[in-house]
Amino acid sequence: MRKPPAALFSIACFGFAFLYIPIFLLIAYSFNDSRLISIWGGFSTRWYTELFQNDQIIDAALLSFQIAAISATFATIFGTLAGLALTRLGNYPGRLFFTGMIAAPLVMPEVITGLSLLLFFISLQELIGWPGSRGATTITIAHITFSMAYVAVIIQSRMQSLDRSLEEAAMDLGGRPFQVFLDVTLPIISPAMLSGWLLAFTISLDDLVIASFTSGAGSNTLPMVIFSKVKLGVTPDINALATLIILVVAIGVAVASLIMFRQNKALSQQKV
Amino acid sequence: MAIHQHRIGDLLWRRFVILLPYSWLLLFFLVPFAIVFKISFSDPIVAQPPFTALFDHSQNLLNRFQGSLNNYLFLLEDNLYWISYLRSIRVAGISTLLCLLLGYPVAYYIAQSPPTRRNLLLMLIILPFWTSFLLRVYAWMGILSTNGILNSALLWMGLIEEPLQMLYTDFAVYIGIVYTYLPFMILPLYANLERLDLEIHDAAADLGGKPLQVFWDITLPVSVPGIIAGSLLVFIPAMGEFVIPALLGGLDSLMIGRTLYDEFFVNRDWPLASAVATILLLILILPMMLFQRTQVSSTESNP
Repeated sequence: MRKPPAALFSIACFGFAFLYIPIFLLIAYSFNDSRLISIWGGFSTRWYTELFQNDQIIDAALLSFQIAAISATFATIFGTLAGLALTRLGNYPGRLFFTGMIAAPLVMPEVITGLSLLLFFISLQELIGWPGSRGATTITIAHITFSMAYVAVIIQSRMQSLDRSLEEAAMDLGGRPFQVFLDVTLPIISPAMLSGWLLAFTISLDDLVIASFTSGAGSNTLPMVIFSKVKLGVTPDINALATLIILVVAIGVAVASLIMFRQNKALSQQKV
Repeated sequence: MAIHQHRIGDLLWRRFVILLPYSWLLLFFLVPFAIVFKISFSDPIVAQPPFTALFDHSQNLLNRFQGSLNNYLFLLEDNLYWISYLRSIRVAGISTLLCLLLGYPVAYYIAQSPPTRRNLLLMLIILPFWTSFLLRVYAWMGILSTNGILNSALLWMGLIEEPLQMLYTDFAVYIGIVYTYLPFMILPLYANLERLDLEIHDAAADLGGKPLQVFWDITLPVSVPGIIAGSLLVFIPAMGEFVIPALLGGLDSLMIGRTLYDEFFVNRDWPLASAVATILLLILILPMMLFQRTQVSSTESNP
């Protein structure tokens, strides 16, 4: 293996530092006793205490977790079916259109998706009287719609890299497609489904723009509360909240990748 | 009989797999766009909903269509919208270029690393993507503000005499976009560069090719699909970005995502907001179709 040139190495180091230094600074300053970011007032956990006494933030967090869990579950079901329809069902009318429509939410600017869904919900209410008011339900529907695209892409790439011989053997032995999916395909793609679920969950938990458009009066998600607080400048209890979120995400990703790593290892050992 | 039942079951399963996600997307993704398009021809009124009906069924057939191009004419006349669109294109374009300049060497470095280290480095690229986008943008507010971390550090080192105005400027918007979208550039580039056979590289070098020439003649052409995919993944969402200009940009750094948001939530002119969205979509339709093609071709080439 040739050694990469020093210039390349230093740019790569700069790239990684650029990605991580802001996150580490945010964590460090969440323990700053001073309200001002420029002054280090000593180590303190007072912002964490204040955070847990803030009912508005706690309520918003609970609402966000609820929306994220439900929308991630539906997004995983729809996204897995879509991934299956893209890779295993051969040709059918409208397949190309379907492929395009699945990928579109990935790059659609959020302001457009948000605006169009809100106007859709309002028109629907005029037409059939549902949804009577906007809130958790409409946000959940919006989140399912744009996060299922991410799940579909993950499932699709997993299916493409998958050795088809197992499924084909099961079919040759007389397995019906649904049975083969349940017994053969599902166990193999379940780690991809798990990472799809986690991704859909974090995307939902993080979304500000689409939630702002599709929510009604009174239902504020966590990003909406954070945005209204930080619009005016740095607030230390948000630093504490950010640290907690980063910690939860880091642990979640570590556990998920460990599961996937183990499964991949088991699979490669089976092949040998 | 049993075989017949099987066939029906297989067909039903097939239909279910295709139709469930298909109809969901048709209903909640495609139909909403049609409604935005429709409302963009209405006029705003003070009512609930705050726009006029497009079809007045009490009129005779000829006069039934009540829509007008008023919103689009207004967009043409008012400089504010032109400036917003052009600035968005410029900011998204420059940010994409900056992402490419920083992302390409990083992707190349990862692709050249020993296979055991590659996964760890890739993981480090993906990890920030999992943590909150909003909070990562917010982190820069503390770094760039007048009494923030960067100014304090520069003052302490004696590099500047007084704090620089960095937050609420275009500079901050560029940093914010490059920072949040960098992984989107690196990942497709890496996917291409990883396939590059390093032996060809060595062979070219052995035959007397200068490193820069080898890069120009061999590496760069191979990575063109990655460059296109990565650039589109940065450019398209950056064009409609709202959070970054709202938190890091100045009052004068108008971008169309923010203009649309304000038109909707502050001015409450829904038909005009719909017209702004329709034009934004028209500007983006070409890059989006290009992106679709890269997606479709990667599906078809590897079924």
